Amino acid sequence: MKRDALLTNEIDSVATALADLARGQEAAFERGGGVERIVVGEDIPFGHKFALADIAEGATVLKYGEAIGRATAFIGRGMHVHVHNLESMRGRGDLAGQGGGAKK
Amino acid sequence: MKFMGYVRPDGRVGVRNHIAVIPASVCAATVAARIAEQTEGAVALPNQHGCAQIGPDLDVTFRTLAGLGANPNVGAVLVIGLGCESVQADDLAREIAKSGKRTESLIIQKCGGTLKAQEQGLRIARELSQEVSKIARTEADFSKLVLALECGGSDTTSGLAANPVHGYVSDRLVEMGGASILSETTELIGAEHVLARRAVTKEIGDRLIEMVRACEAKANAMGVDMRGSQPTPGNIQGGLTTIEEKSLGCIYKGGSSPLQGVLEYGEAPGGKGFYFMDTPGQDIESITGMVAGGAQVVIFTTGRGTPTGFPLAPVIKITGNPITFRLMEENIDINAGTIIEGTESIPQVGERVLAEIEEVCNGKLTKAEALKHMEFGIYKLTSTF
Repeated sequence: MKRDALLTNEIDSVATALADLARGQEAAFERGGGVERIVVGEDIPFGHKFALADIAEGATVLKYGEAIGRATAFIGRGMHVHVHNLESMRGRGDLAGQGGGAKK
Repeated sequence: MKFMGYVRPDGRVGVRNHIAVIPASVCAATVAARIAEQTEGAVALPNQHGCAQIGPDLDVTFRTLAGLGANPNVGAVLVIGLGCESVQADDLAREIAKSGKRTESLIIQKCGGTLKAQEQGLRIARELSQEVSKIARTEADFSKLVLALECGGSDTTSGLAANPVHGYVSDRLVEMGGASILSETTELIGAEHVLARRAVTKEIGDRLIEMVRACEAKANAMGVDMRGSQPTPGNIQGGLTTIEEKSLGCIYKGGSSPLQGVLEYGEAPGGKGFYFMDTPGQDIESITGMVAGGAQVVIFTTGRGTPTGFPLAPVIKITGNPITFRLMEENIDINAGTIIEGTESIPQVGERVLAEIEEVCNGKLTKAEALKHMEFGIYKLTSTF
């Protein structure tokens, strides 16, 4: 079966595009042994991520079944997830004075 | 699995038979390089270190240079010192000679200058060159291998395809009785708890967590967001968003074997199995640390594509990105992009990598070797004084 995106863990909030995906395109991916489809809301370049469900601002985003950061804005289902709406919670010397340094 | 290697006096087995010309300090680097240039089989390790370093920072340089000289890929060593530097050439030569291999040293100030040191050095190197040429390859077991697991220029295919291939290869080598080393402490930030769970004792797991904490604290002390450096601009273009995401993909290189120990930069593993070494995320310095720790072969995943090699050890490049493979085939040995395209599985590519390692151990040159890529750099803890 042709897959357009890859999910690394069933609890993940994002999937990774396995090819350049165009806005409005239906992307197929496997979850729990079945195939699911999602319409991407904007162009997703190869190797980039999109949201599998709505993500609230401030929510922890999961990939590989682990936290990869927090959403800095609301991210709609099918939308591109990258540096414009997802930030690290680690290595943040800029937040160190505000107790944000090594916060989990 | 077996390979034809060079058995050294200390029982370790090399896959290459180099003569290492090692400058004890930056001041001896030019003379060392000139001697190596004119001697068959010789490679120099030019570096900016070895003087006006203090305490643990000086120890790192000494341990690294000594470990590189002792690496079984090296058949004989010539240490070049200026004479007045912190790393004394004779001390370094004595430490390397504990491995049992022939180790010579030369002091530029004693020889009477550049030309005299070069002449004397070339005479010694010529002799070493002929001597190591007589060492024949003999059959050795894969259990003699220490494999360095490196990644650089990562993108999202690294964590999804190429790094899991490394993990498969590492697990298979550990099953065969060999050792593997994962490195890059920065690239454990956000993933350290996953790796620590695999430590054979709680102390080893705690030490790993502490190493990562110290690395993160050092970065945080700069008062900036790490992003832009970790992940790098290229990582970000490739789709990696945060250091946590990069780290979680990075640790797939370590497979699923139990973590036997945590090593200082340049320290040799005390036994067999899977180890972690405390190195920076900078590829070249990371590889130097692992080769100083005794690794004979480096496997290196890259999503964006990188040409780097190393003076003393073959570096096998693997990409999980099919576009990068087509674009940079002249630098990349193995295409794991087939996993992303759905035409091959992780174990299938893993077996191809093992077959490539076998050939490279037997003497096949990697693309980085054929192109004479010899990037080299030693980690520093602090500034010079």
